Amino acid sequence: MTSRILSYLNRSAKENVQQAILKAKQAESYHALLSLTEERALEQATKVDAGEITGRLAGVPFVAKDNILTFGGKTTAASKMLEDFTSPLQATVIEKLEAEGAICIGKANLDAFAHGGSTENSAFGPTKNAKDPMRVAGGSSGGSAVAVALDIVPFALGTDTGGSIRQPASFNGVVGFKPTYGMVSRYGVVAMGSSTDVIGPITNSIADSELVLEVIQGADPKDMTTLPSYFKPISSAKPGKIGLIKEHMSDNIDPSVLAQTRIAVEQLEKAGYSVEEVSLPMIEHALAMYYIIVPAEVSSNLARYDGVRYGHRSDNAQDLAALYGMTRSEGFEDENKRRIMIGAYVLSSGFFDAYYLQAQKARTLLIDQFRTVFEKYDALIGPVSPTPAFRLNENTKDPIKMYLTDTLTVPANLVGCPAISIPFGSTPEGLPIGVQLMTWREQDAKLLALARELEGKA
Amino acid sequence: MWEMTIGIECHVQLATKTKLFSPADNDSRNAEPNSKVHPVDYALPGMLPVLNEEAVRLAVRAGKALNSQIANISRFDRKHYFYPDLPKGYQTTQMYQPIIIGGKVDAPLDDGSTLSVRLHHAHMEEDAGKLTHTGSYSLVDLNRAGTPLIEIVSEPDIHSPAEARAYATELYNLMTFAGVTHGDLYHGNMRFDVNLSVAKVGSDQLGTRTETKNLNSFRSIERAAQYEFNRQVALLEAGEKVTQETRGWDDDTGKTISQRSKEDAQDYRYMPDPDIPPLVLSQQDIAMMQDGMPVMPGEYRQNWLSLDLDKSVINTVLSHPSVAATAESVRTAYGNEAAKRVFNWFASAGEFDKSAVESGTVGSRRLGKLAQMVGENKLSSTGAKEVFFALFEEQNLSKTVAEIAESMQLIQISDESAIIAVVEQVLASESSQKAVEDIRAGNDKAIGFLVGQVMKQSKGRANPALAQKLIRERL
Repeated sequence: MTSRILSYLNRSAKENVQQAILKAKQAESYHALLSLTEERALEQATKVDAGEITGRLAGVPFVAKDNILTFGGKTTAASKMLEDFTSPLQATVIEKLEAEGAICIGKANLDAFAHGGSTENSAFGPTKNAKDPMRVAGGSSGGSAVAVALDIVPFALGTDTGGSIRQPASFNGVVGFKPTYGMVSRYGVVAMGSSTDVIGPITNSIADSELVLEVIQGADPKDMTTLPSYFKPISSAKPGKIGLIKEHMSDNIDPSVLAQTRIAVEQLEKAGYSVEEVSLPMIEHALAMYYIIVPAEVSSNLARYDGVRYGHRSDNAQDLAALYGMTRSEGFEDENKRRIMIGAYVLSSGFFDAYYLQAQKARTLLIDQFRTVFEKYDALIGPVSPTPAFRLNENTKDPIKMYLTDTLTVPANLVGCPAISIPFGSTPEGLPIGVQLMTWREQDAKLLALARELEGKA
Repeated sequence: MWEMTIGIECHVQLATKTKLFSPADNDSRNAEPNSKVHPVDYALPGMLPVLNEEAVRLAVRAGKALNSQIANISRFDRKHYFYPDLPKGYQTTQMYQPIIIGGKVDAPLDDGSTLSVRLHHAHMEEDAGKLTHTGSYSLVDLNRAGTPLIEIVSEPDIHSPAEARAYATELYNLMTFAGVTHGDLYHGNMRFDVNLSVAKVGSDQLGTRTETKNLNSFRSIERAAQYEFNRQVALLEAGEKVTQETRGWDDDTGKTISQRSKEDAQDYRYMPDPDIPPLVLSQQDIAMMQDGMPVMPGEYRQNWLSLDLDKSVINTVLSHPSVAATAESVRTAYGNEAAKRVFNWFASAGEFDKSAVESGTVGSRRLGKLAQMVGENKLSSTGAKEVFFALFEEQNLSKTVAEIAESMQLIQISDESAIIAVVEQVLASESSQKAVEDIRAGNDKAIGFLVGQVMKQSKGRANPALAQKLIRERL
């Protein structure tokens, strides 16, 4: 696939921005964006056109998931809690992109605080699927994926805590890349699960993901968990050994998804790779670990939203306890509350050892298993989501069913390794299907090169 | 008979330039409320902690002063509770793997013996902000939020209010001498929590304890311990039970007050902090951080044994690191005799400007010279003490000790001819005749009266030894 980003370079930044904003307005019915940062975007465009800002992404418009702090408008995390919140500073990723001339034109919809897999948990209404508006966009980076799929912008930033970049990318037929944990600074990104949160690109091509990753990677003195820059795109991967994850090819997976995954395997074999089925028994427990560890971190990270310093504050409270209770009751969505309660429960005295600690021990075993497998295999392959995009409201009444849609994506987050969702064909009804590839940590370049073998080859 | 058992937790504010996890100024004394606050400190969404390396270095040095082990791997944890002075909704602390393990503090007691208190551990953590309650609302000041602390947790090795005071005092000495804290007790640089229980003497079981929190003076520690002991004994003797609870101290009434019972104790839902990687320190890192440690009080005490001074004198000199260091410099450069004079000046001075000693304005050279002048009979000991105080005065900053003594007319007269005149005048006077008779009759004590008269007439400037010699020659 050719780079969409390259076609924006060497054009008037102002025209790029105006066009993107026009497209965004035309596509309003999809509700991909929560706000446009038009004024600031035009200011930036003027600077780029005047040559005051130059760089690898000069004049390229993009959208940022609305849990990433930016200037030019509000950062709401799609929650009532931050409905009127404007940030005094920008996230490191935004600063890096702006330094290279990229221009943020709007903020993309998400599940409130990134809790969800359909963008239906947004306090401001769901985003609709780019291919079928009766279906969900996926999530939580649903708005980002749809904005790219509708070609409003050539790239969008998403965040991926348990699949939130890859799953919506697969639902909308675009490329979603979850980098190695620590490759991209989390500074200025509303925290969800601190030990698994990563920021990554959603694009139409692998080449565009590489362009964005080169800019946003690197150690950040403001984020102790970042890694020094190591990412350098490579044109092609050396054919090697790939493992097909046995546990992810079960009967619980939609037949058309299984079929596309098998075709992808054949494609890789044709390209000279040897693919064999590999079992990672701990992967069966990944979802259980995830829904203990991440809610624990969520309950902690969301404790700051108390109505005292910023954000929503209940008007009805008469004392401190009520201020906390009512502010949080009014400001959070049901799914936020559910995760806060699960998290508080697994951390509480008497349950900590049985749940949180046990889950962390299991996570260590999972990581060990991945490490061992990657000693033998260059990459792992499997589906991204058990199903293609489901219908709006299909799963909203059943949180467990919704959680199960994360089954195939959470292992990479728990392990911290990079993973990509590459569009690979569609269902008979025409719904996009994604295939997932993973490598060991810091092998992001190899992973992208490998994914190229599948790009546009369905 | 009842016996008390005390363990003390002490929070020490580290003297770093910036806060534990943010670049905000760590010194907010006299600052406008909320003027020393970074987005990390007020917990803006998306903010992340960056561990202050200087705070780690100071903690590691504190560990050395406490004779502790430094952990090669320590971690930070989140302690959750909701309160307006806690912006993140959790305090970042070290619950499971603290940086400082074990240790021992040897505190000198008034009777000359030493109390040895074992330490359980000490951990790093951040301070919370401050609330001011004003009737129907409260004001939040986050200047102190994020200030680096170490909390030093002792074993229950303390058994009297005096011991509690001695331990706290020595801990204060160790922390200020190690240079890890400014030690400003008024601004809460060190705060003590006293855990106390009572049991029958000889009992192998400890009683129910209370924790009296936030004591910030040595006197209040001693008083609070005594009050709690009396209160608990009274309860037990009346057949009642001691409630496990947190108590506060009212310095005005001299009483402890119940604040929170164990039933209200919160579940802090501790969790390892995923934003802060484990703190890994090699033995080499630790050695480098502990390099160039200042002399600790215990070593000074050893060095000063030969001075044969009263414990209270030594303790006063040890009350401030720069005073101790200055006194020690006098000892090594000018010898024991000069040092003893300097020690006594400091000990009897009461309040004096310690910053002048710290800055070196009143330093070992001037003090040593001053002490030497006494040894050389150029100054009387009373005169020298007057000059000692004059050293602190601003108009004397650029003057030598001799110039100051001269300008104060305190230089002793050691010129015989000048003193002879005074001696002869005194011997001739009517009021001296009885003393002269007594001496001639063999009562030598009366010579003191005559010397005193000479001193009086010379306004204290005559060399008393010389005066005595001249008097004897004339009788």
